[in-house]
Amino acid sequence: MSAPRTRTIGDTLLTVDRISLSFGGVKALTDVSFDIAKGEVRAIIGPNGAGKSSMLNCINGFYHPQQGSITYKSVKRSQMRPHEAAAQGIARTFQNIALFKGMSTLDNIMTGRNLRMKTGILAQALHFGPARAEEIEHRLAVERIIEFLEIEHIRKTPVGRLPYGLQKRVELGRALAAEPELLLLDEPMAGMNIEEKQDMCRFILDVNDEFGTTICLIEHDMGVVMDISDRVVVLDYGKKIGDGVPDEIKRNQTVIDAYLGVSH
Amino acid sequence: MTSVPANAGSNDTFPKMLVEMARSRGAAPAYREKEHGIWQTYDWTRSAAETRRLAAGLHTLGFRRGDKLVIVGDNRPRLYWAMGAAQAIGGVPVPVYQDSVAAELAYVIENAEARFAVAENQEQVDKLLEIQRSVPSLKTIVYDDPRGLRHYEGVHAYADVQTRGDEALARDAELVSRETAVGKGADAAIMLYTSGTTGRPKGVVLSHDNLAWAARAGGRVDGLRAGDELLSYLPMAWVGDHIFSYAQGHTIGLVVNCPESAATVMTDLREIGPTYYFAPPRVLENLITQVTIRMEDAGALQRRMFRYFMAHARRVGSALLDGAPVSAADRLLYRLGEWFVYGPLKNQLGMSRVRVAYTAGEAVGPEIFNFFRALGVNMKQLYGQTEASVFVTIHPDGEVFQDTVGKPVPDVELKIADNGEVLYRSPGVFREYFKNPTATADTKTADGWVHTGDAGYLDQRGHLRIIDRAKDVGKLKDGTLFAPKYIENKLKFFPHINEAVAFGQDGDFVSAFVNIDMTAVGDWAERRNISYASYQELAARPEVYDLIQSEIEEVNRDLADDPRMAGAQIRRFLVLPKALDADDGELTRTNKVRRGFIGDRYKSLVDALNGSATSVRMSAEVTFEDGRKGLIEGTVAIRDAATVQPARRAA
Repeated sequence: MSAPRTRTIGDTLLTVDRISLSFGGVKALTDVSFDIAKGEVRAIIGPNGAGKSSMLNCINGFYHPQQGSITYKSVKRSQMRPHEAAAQGIARTFQNIALFKGMSTLDNIMTGRNLRMKTGILAQALHFGPARAEEIEHRLAVERIIEFLEIEHIRKTPVGRLPYGLQKRVELGRALAAEPELLLLDEPMAGMNIEEKQDMCRFILDVNDEFGTTICLIEHDMGVVMDISDRVVVLDYGKKIGDGVPDEIKRNQTVIDAYLGVSH
Repeated sequence: MTSVPANAGSNDTFPKMLVEMARSRGAAPAYREKEHGIWQTYDWTRSAAETRRLAAGLHTLGFRRGDKLVIVGDNRPRLYWAMGAAQAIGGVPVPVYQDSVAAELAYVIENAEARFAVAENQEQVDKLLEIQRSVPSLKTIVYDDPRGLRHYEGVHAYADVQTRGDEALARDAELVSRETAVGKGADAAIMLYTSGTTGRPKGVVLSHDNLAWAARAGGRVDGLRAGDELLSYLPMAWVGDHIFSYAQGHTIGLVVNCPESAATVMTDLREIGPTYYFAPPRVLENLITQVTIRMEDAGALQRRMFRYFMAHARRVGSALLDGAPVSAADRLLYRLGEWFVYGPLKNQLGMSRVRVAYTAGEAVGPEIFNFFRALGVNMKQLYGQTEASVFVTIHPDGEVFQDTVGKPVPDVELKIADNGEVLYRSPGVFREYFKNPTATADTKTADGWVHTGDAGYLDQRGHLRIIDRAKDVGKLKDGTLFAPKYIENKLKFFPHINEAVAFGQDGDFVSAFVNIDMTAVGDWAERRNISYASYQELAARPEVYDLIQSEIEEVNRDLADDPRMAGAQIRRFLVLPKALDADDGELTRTNKVRRGFIGDRYKSLVDALNGSATSVRMSAEVTFEDGRKGLIEGTVAIRDAATVQPARRAA
């Protein structure tokens, strides 16, 4: 048993307005609109090929939708580069783990601090003056994340040697190192066993609780989605077919049909 | 040896010792813990101050003399300070196992009548909140790590309690010291619940005098000194940790290092390099397995060097530790081995600086024990109980034998009852079981002797040997002592023998069932081109019988060395055609043999063993893993094993 999660879900942080994205003749997204409120856990679900990852790629500026706009922190834009998104406080993890396999957990998470480092590369290389103070500051931030994610025992282990579930956790750590306002998680629990999933759920909720980070996640495990998210968007063939709190989604006939198939 | 004073002058309680430590060696390290990846040191001044602040804070929350403070969590300086804080204002800390489920914890909290608890983190707080619903007497919960707890209501943060303490101390600076001054050495210092394999756990009440004596007596035997380092990674609810990390910490001035998490113990061990080390046999076994596996992965040269030097170490390492004479050439070779193998290996294991290492708790195999001694780690055994404040017997330096648990610690009196049970009396003997006078009277006699429940005897060297639980020890018809588990354990130390069951109670001689280890014997058979199609067939092979017979005869030779056991050598044996299994009720769920049940189930086999037949028909129903039942039938051979005349020893 635990105390109820009492959090403040605030104003709209991000609005996706009538976005369409196509690759040549293939329409990945058609006229999709939804919003993400500050402090919430927002899930995007849908069958394979529904356009979930494309949606995430649009939000962090990796894809540029042909139509529609995205408003983030009251700034409307039609195009943004990934590094601009990162600079504005959007961090993400990937469906296929994208870590530096030969580097330690510590170093991988440290790369997530890159944006926040101010001293030049020469000063850093010489470990001189302000660079030194800065490194200590960033190391402290990284150590806090290591403690938070309970990965002290693999601090110095090259990530290539870690089991999959732990690599996923390190990747979450690297995203957190940027101290994002909006965290995009692309299938954070894919390929995990029950115990690893439970751990990951707890970390996601803790991140949301402790740091107030807004989270937008794609997930296939319906049990997980219904348990941890505040609101759910459902995509199917690039179109939005449902949007609401988990209980509404569970009862939504269109969603049920999309998932279970329907005889025509 | 002269007796050990229970207290040094006026510092007869741990809170007083803490104040004294802060005064006399304030800047010396008392605790370390890893934070942000770096070891942070807390000196005695800081420890005393933090403890005082918490004590004052608890006082403002209504904690009073005689109150119990439940402490639950991993080993952390702040939890050790909580123990000190409770004691400083006359309370009694009750550390509990951090992995116990809510129901077990609820029993302890209710039995101890605890109104206060300090928990390490959210996991423990959740358990306590659940318990609170059925045990409403638990009023106040204090937590250390705030993670995940910020929205909880009605629980107190450790830091907030300390802030309340600061305010209280600002109003009344003597609040805590006044209470500390009232405490006496005879007061209850701690309550530790015994695991209770039979019936409900019992709260063992130990006084400051008990613990202070034990801490000093143990420290004296081992020559511990201020500044010795230890890693406290075993549960705080276990009496050993309380003596080593807390009582000896306060009386001697040890440095207590708290590991970062359970998963980092190996790394922390290597970084700290403790001088005083304790590990139960299964931890040691794991270490050896890890070393072996990693050596398999090493290059050919390293493997050969490892094998060569380890063989040499097994031959002379232990003798060098004991200061026994060793030839100059062997010394030189050992020196080389230290340079190439032992030194780096000890460094990897975090044992480079170990002066005193202990293992206890269960029988330790000779292979395991001797491995560490061969490396030059001063591994010893001790025999103790919660009821004794740990120390009953210890291996003194230079007198370490794998098959004994050592000599009585100074001030400990030992005697052996007629049924073989070991009794002791010492200044460390517990006051009572909390609220359980019947159990107290059953265990402790009016003149202070404590029944251990273990059967054993003192050998010619004055060392105690524990053979079995007293209730399991029986006699042969002619009155010879028969300790089945002792014999079975000796058999099980052979890798080819998985299980063994010894029979002989009220009989003419000892006989045994043996279960072969399928992996080890299968491998052995393959390398000798012995064919088999099933467990049953392998078990019946005459070659396998020869193998087992040679091992039984080795055990017999071993038993013959020991006049008390010589009459209980194994005369006849058979190899069971089926593995003993918990599904058939032959083993308990924790894989202990159920001797009585097996004796009834295979009565025809036992009868045949007691007779003179060389084979016997058997049939037994077995349960397969999928739940189906089947029948095993066949003829089982019975062999006679050679027994040895007891060795004549000079008195």
